[in-house]
Amino acid sequence: MLNNLWSFMLLAGIAWGVASGSLDHTIQGLIDSASEAVSVSISMLGILSFWSGILETGTRAGLIDWLARRLSGILDFLFPDLPADHPAREPIAVNMVANLLGLGAAATPAGLEAMRRMDDGTGVASDSMCTFLILNISSLQLIPVSMIAYRSQYGSSNPSAVLGPALVATACSTLAAILFCKVRNRRCRP
Amino acid sequence: MIPWLSQMLLPLVICYILAFAILAKRPVFDDFLDGARKGMRTCVDLLPTLIGLMTAVGTMRASGLLEALGNLLTVPAALIHFPPQLVSLTLVRLISNSAATGLLLDIFQTDGPDSAIGMAASILMSSTETVFYCISVYFGSIGIRKTRHTLPGALLATAAGIAASIWLTM
Repeated sequence: MLNNLWSFMLLAGIAWGVASGSLDHTIQGLIDSASEAVSVSISMLGILSFWSGILETGTRAGLIDWLARRLSGILDFLFPDLPADHPAREPIAVNMVANLLGLGAAATPAGLEAMRRMDDGTGVASDSMCTFLILNISSLQLIPVSMIAYRSQYGSSNPSAVLGPALVATACSTLAAILFCKVRNRRCRP
Repeated sequence: MIPWLSQMLLPLVICYILAFAILAKRPVFDDFLDGARKGMRTCVDLLPTLIGLMTAVGTMRASGLLEALGNLLTVPAALIHFPPQLVSLTLVRLISNSAATGLLLDIFQTDGPDSAIGMAASILMSSTETVFYCISVYFGSIGIRKTRHTLPGALLATAAGIAASIWLTM
């Protein structure tokens, strides 16, 4: 998907530059953007490394597992099809906590493992699989640190002003996801 | 309430995690250094993607194509009170996180991160996920063909996030 999108963006941009007679300007834009990408990365390096270090101290102290064990009430509510001893519950909890903390590197493997343990081999998604994936896509992240870094790089007077509204918006999308799944799963039940 | 949340969230989470690690009797600074090293590597790994996509967006903008596409979408977007600058960001957001980041930074450059559009784009990016990418990775990994109500549900959740982003800023 990205292969097509990326080549379309570049080719269409250059073609448009030729057609509108602003090829010089277009190429200058290309060159400027390349160096801009480097300066964005350099200024992000600091805060992202710091945050990654903080999260590592939490992970090594067992924070993810500790929080995941406290999720069982929520799991009962969200996944009524998965009984308390179902093997998928543990990776689901780990995935949700890791997503909450913004630990993509820990969330994805746990999520894939959860999917594998819910798989019944029919090639059809179960209610629990749909709910799990929709929740993942609804975004659970508490603190979007890279967004703070981007905003501060572009001269925002208050880069972390995004945190509160982002939390409210994330809550809205997650709430919509839960409502949708609850209604859908009830209606499909015989 | 919301500005207070913005101000307190980051320090609270940092204190919570640090206190948790100290109580677990971990060598916190050593752990921090290992994590920070990982973070640096992530940042460096991200650089090629960022260069590729920012040059593509930069080329589209400098040639005037981005503006032309935006103008094309102004009328339909205005019909549903949707800010036209956010249309392409929304569409790309469904497919690729890094391409959307390229567009986001472009909005920051033209309108500034503190403008209403910049703020809405910041919130939108923070409260949504790459819908099609996630579905293909998760369901692709175990060969699910019938995804049932996953796509409509995911799109509804994304729409709710976007609506909230616009409602909170405009």
